[in-house]
Amino acid sequence: MIFVTTGTQAPFNRLILAMDEIAAELGEEVIAQASGVDFPVKNLKIVEFLNPTEYKRIFKESKMVISHAGMGTIISALKDKKPILIVPRVAALGEHRNEHQYATAKKIEELGYMPVVYDMYDLKDKVISLRDDADHYVLPAMGDFASVSLIQSLQDFILKDK
Amino acid sequence: MKIIGIASVGGHWVQLLRVVMAFKKEELIFISTSPDFAVTVPGKKFYHIADGSSWNKFKLLRSFWNAYNIVMKEKPDVIVTTGAAPGLMGLFAGKILGAKTIWIDSIANVEKISLSGRIALWFADRVYTQWPDLASSKVTYAGNVLI
Repeated sequence: MIFVTTGTQAPFNRLILAMDEIAAELGEEVIAQASGVDFPVKNLKIVEFLNPTEYKRIFKESKMVISHAGMGTIISALKDKKPILIVPRVAALGEHRNEHQYATAKKIEELGYMPVVYDMYDLKDKVISLRDDADHYVLPAMGDFASVSLIQSLQDFILKDK
Repeated sequence: MKIIGIASVGGHWVQLLRVVMAFKKEELIFISTSPDFAVTVPGKKFYHIADGSSWNKFKLLRSFWNAYNIVMKEKPDVIVTTGAAPGLMGLFAGKILGAKTIWIDSIANVEKISLSGRIALWFADRVYTQWPDLASSKVTYAGNVLI
């Protein structure tokens, strides 16, 4: 199963439309978490909202994930070492309040964490190459908490007198 | 010590847990924007508030009012948020009610501090960024939530 996730903030129909076209050729069930889908979907199973338990289960069971550039999904992928493809939302198209997803995606790509798709025309090739390469996929290791230095800084500040 | 951690569902929430769960020895209380997320902090006191944003300012007032009532009841020593706008409302309520207030700007903000973060700069006791390039005399960088 392939999992497409777009968060709950706003529709991301550009991605859903593109994935609906590709899904038929993937030979895998494709589940898409998406709100505000305003056209008939042929090849995806759409779920509007997943509670955290359902989300975790589907995320774990999936072979790979295709996601908007949301930090929640990015962190989950790092934690679970899940092959993931990032597609940033574009605020100019009304997909978010500002263009931070583009900047996040750029940074994630620069750091070599995960592949990013900026243009829907490239989506199909990237999805297929990730699917075929999923077994060789290496994500950077991540611990349970934030940077030790950040926790230490917070601790010092919290304990400091007001 | 009583610490309230507050964040919207999604990425903000995941980031909050990676910070606040390091303070397990303290009394931790959580606030988010959906009751569904209580299961992610088993055994902890959990509240939910309205999910307002700059797209829905009226709802944001409700976020503030909900948060204000919780903070007044719980009287935390510290309130920490990773955003977004509802977290800012919680932080503001904390400031009014005398808690130490900490804003941690989401790691998603790589080019500039978020709008909510820039507002938090006016009153919060400490503002963190997760990117060294965005640190300044008012904004602290000490690492990020990832590694």
